Amino acid sequence: MRAGHGQRWGEFELHPDMIEAQRGVDRARSGAQLALTIVAILLAVGAVVLVKLGVGGTGGSRLILFGALFVVGYVAGHIAIRKLAPGAEPAFFPAAGLLTGLGFAEIYRMTPGLAVDQSYWLAIALVAFVLTLFFIRDHRQLDGFTYTIGLLAVILLLLPVLPGLGATINGARVWITLGPLSFQPAEIGKILLAIFLASYLNRKKELLQMAPRRVGPFHLPQAKDLGPLLLAWGVAMAVLFLENDLGQSLLYFGLFVVMLWVATARPVYLLVGFVLFAAGAVFAYKTVSHVEERVAVWLHATSTRPCLANGDTIACVYGGGYQSAQGQFAMATGGIGGTGLGQGSPQDIPFASTDFIFAAIAEELGLIGSIGVLLLFGVLVGKGLKVAVEQEDGFGKLLAVGLTGILGIQAFIIVGGVTRVIPLTGVTLPFVSYGGSSLLANYILLALLVRISAGPAPSRRKPLLASPAEGPPAPPPADGAPQQPAGDAPATQVIR
Amino acid sequence: MNRQIRRLGVAMVMLFVILFAAVNYLQVYGASGLANNSANPRTIVQSFAIHRGEILAADGRTVLAKSVDTGRKLRFQRRYPQGPLYAHTTGFFSLKCGISRLESTYNDYLDASSNDLLGSTLSDLILNRPKRGASVITTIDPKLQQIAFQELQRAAPNGGAVVATNPSTGAVEAMVTIPQYDPNELVQPNLRRQAHACTRLTDAASDPLLSNATDQLYPPGSTFKLVTLSAALENGMTLQSTVPNPSELPLPQTRLKLHNFGGEHCAGGAPRITLEEALIESCNVAFGGLGLKLGPQALFDQATAYGFDRHVPFDIPFSEGHFPAPSEFNDRQPAVAFSAIGQFDVGANPLAMDLVTSAIANGGVEMEPHLVREIRGPDGQVLKSFGPSVFGQPISPQTSRDMTRAMVEVVDSPNGTGSAARIPGVTVAGKTGTAQTSSGAPHAWFTCFAPAENPQIAVTVVVLNGGNLSSDATGGRVAAPVARAVIEAALGRR
Repeated sequence: MRAGHGQRWGEFELHPDMIEAQRGVDRARSGAQLALTIVAILLAVGAVVLVKLGVGGTGGSRLILFGALFVVGYVAGHIAIRKLAPGAEPAFFPAAGLLTGLGFAEIYRMTPGLAVDQSYWLAIALVAFVLTLFFIRDHRQLDGFTYTIGLLAVILLLLPVLPGLGATINGARVWITLGPLSFQPAEIGKILLAIFLASYLNRKKELLQMAPRRVGPFHLPQAKDLGPLLLAWGVAMAVLFLENDLGQSLLYFGLFVVMLWVATARPVYLLVGFVLFAAGAVFAYKTVSHVEERVAVWLHATSTRPCLANGDTIACVYGGGYQSAQGQFAMATGGIGGTGLGQGSPQDIPFASTDFIFAAIAEELGLIGSIGVLLLFGVLVGKGLKVAVEQEDGFGKLLAVGLTGILGIQAFIIVGGVTRVIPLTGVTLPFVSYGGSSLLANYILLALLVRISAGPAPSRRKPLLASPAEGPPAPPPADGAPQQPAGDAPATQVIR
Repeated sequence: MNRQIRRLGVAMVMLFVILFAAVNYLQVYGASGLANNSANPRTIVQSFAIHRGEILAADGRTVLAKSVDTGRKLRFQRRYPQGPLYAHTTGFFSLKCGISRLESTYNDYLDASSNDLLGSTLSDLILNRPKRGASVITTIDPKLQQIAFQELQRAAPNGGAVVATNPSTGAVEAMVTIPQYDPNELVQPNLRRQAHACTRLTDAASDPLLSNATDQLYPPGSTFKLVTLSAALENGMTLQSTVPNPSELPLPQTRLKLHNFGGEHCAGGAPRITLEEALIESCNVAFGGLGLKLGPQALFDQATAYGFDRHVPFDIPFSEGHFPAPSEFNDRQPAVAFSAIGQFDVGANPLAMDLVTSAIANGGVEMEPHLVREIRGPDGQVLKSFGPSVFGQPISPQTSRDMTRAMVEVVDSPNGTGSAARIPGVTVAGKTGTAQTSSGAPHAWFTCFAPAENPQIAVTVVVLNGGNLSSDATGGRVAAPVARAVIEAALGRR
């Protein structure tokens, strides 16, 4: 049994003081997480109650259910982390919880019906979060099935293309429908993609680092080593052209290039990746009218023209730019302090619950709310990268980078699109937007980040770290057992 | 790898700084620009959340415009219970077609954004009820308006206008224009149809959204002789002064001659004619010669004294009359003669001519025209009232008396052109006009006031392109009967 531990973490070297110190840190982190979780619960429930007060109307019993879901769900999540992943980075769960709460309040405010759906999905997502922590007791478990996971990822990403199974909703073929359920398999696919890339790149990084040829200041790898890069580009382009989904395409390719660069430290991959994506994007701009339209809207969304041929009538915005312009107007209406929850009219923005949830929050909570959301993502990304730096195994580092990258890039793509920093492409704002697949996938992703930050689950360390109260009974000395190996002595002493 | 991760962190921070800058721009720096974007429906939708005030006729009971609570997103919708009759007075408040006339001029009172309404808006806020706007009470007399419309429609089915004012206050008591439109079409709940109606009305060749009473300009024809005669009397001549009376007036610099209406010779062919007789018979030859004698500057000065080519304050858009600047007549002497009889480039509408007639009626003092009597807050208290206000004194009291005498003769004299306006027991002072047009039959004008000894109402009528009499139309035959009916109604004789 103990021999088994010898392979892990070098725990044999842990001094009892260090173990005590570690447990102290765990307790402190757990306390911080509890405090933050309570803040998140209060803010989330408060926001939903304010929405209710702002909008008025009936249906107060739902409010109690929603409030109970937040309290029970988040407390359960907190306890699960405490039990299954003590010492986890304490900011992850409360930050995500607060984002979900703010998004939920806005969804409830705009379309109460969707909020009911979202509450079911949140419950499922939190269960999935706990189950992930329970089953993935060590992130290195995921390192074993590189190509299976890779294949599964590509299948999930491209599944909606299949006739009969795939469905086009709102212009993008990213859904599969099974009976009454529709699901975006790519949401899970992107996590698998990050796991595959972390595993693959960790194994192949030396190979990919070899750069025998020099072109200018750049070292070029061998042509065959560029294969995966081209494959990833192919998948991204397939998503773009077959599924008509710009945002996801950008996300996958961005994720791949970032992880490749982190793994190999070769800037040339950034350059090649950028050139490849730019080429694909330009080609898409020239050939897919949908893409050209998005760029035109990006440039002209709020420039006006008269709606009617003659004179002093109200103006219209650029043809396809209605949604984008409504988002801008909503954010402008919000100003610094916002209109107040339930007091604005974010429901005027098409798809305000999904793509434009950021604009809805910005309208009703103002600059304070929009900056708050950005800061929460900043916390998630910053802590995620800190966790990546702290990992000692390459797989763990790359996986943390990948998972964090998904959150950061996706948030940038959609918030940048809504604020017209970049052309608008429809992806969800992680944790915030309405959408079951997205919510479920992001809480699984979060569970993996929590797991990586905490290290292996405590049950396997139990004999080593168990306290007298909860540890297995120590063998009575009267048994005259032979002296344990010297290396184990401190641990035995701890037990006593 | 850690170096790359840290660099990635820096890159992520930079991306989020960009987003940070973007939200700051959108929500703070650029927010007011976006809020005022003409395509921003929020501002418009907000304006529909207000219980906009009513627009009422002078009786305070007849509702010209009101708001009804639809309970929908665009909550308070405008309705115009009188249909087309007051459309050119109230204007409209339309999501798809914009806002016009009184709805626009008094928008701050109607939508409660005026500071005068702070108290009641505050209480609306505290009681959590929609903001209520103030009501605008106009000077329009519903009975007069109705009769003016009926009579005008009979005489001028294809286009015309009537304006009736109180000469001593400037209050507009009736203002009718044909063709009409129904403003309810522009506030109908179906927004697609609303937009369609807006396009149709704005594009229509007959310009139904414009008022022939205040927006358009037409040659005033012989009604403008009131201005020419005023100029003569103000420049030392009298009604008994005589001018040459040839059968036709040879014009300088050209072989053109100015003729009288129907080619007749005024005053039975006498060689000279008094100014009074010239007005009674509406003698073109005599007035053309008089205009040449007075010169363009004197005519221009008199016209501007009456409000032509000046800003005349009014509650809705108003195209003041136009008389060409004296410099335009250099080397164009014939144009002076034509201008003196209200042709050439002279332009006026019923309101512009009615100001002239009203000034004559009011002892030479011209009042500013106005359409609104008072504004009442939602609780009924008067927030603002609009009394008479003097625009200027274009003619002396003596000229006013002389002009009145001559105008009474226009109606009463056996030779007068305005006999159709006679009302038994009431002295009516008037002037006819039959203006040649390039577009076919002449425009028939009549402008008058009554009773001459104590003027209570001034009425000006234009019937475009001859109305129901077509090319046989004269001001006396087509327009005067309309004016007479309005006067009878105003004086309680109908």
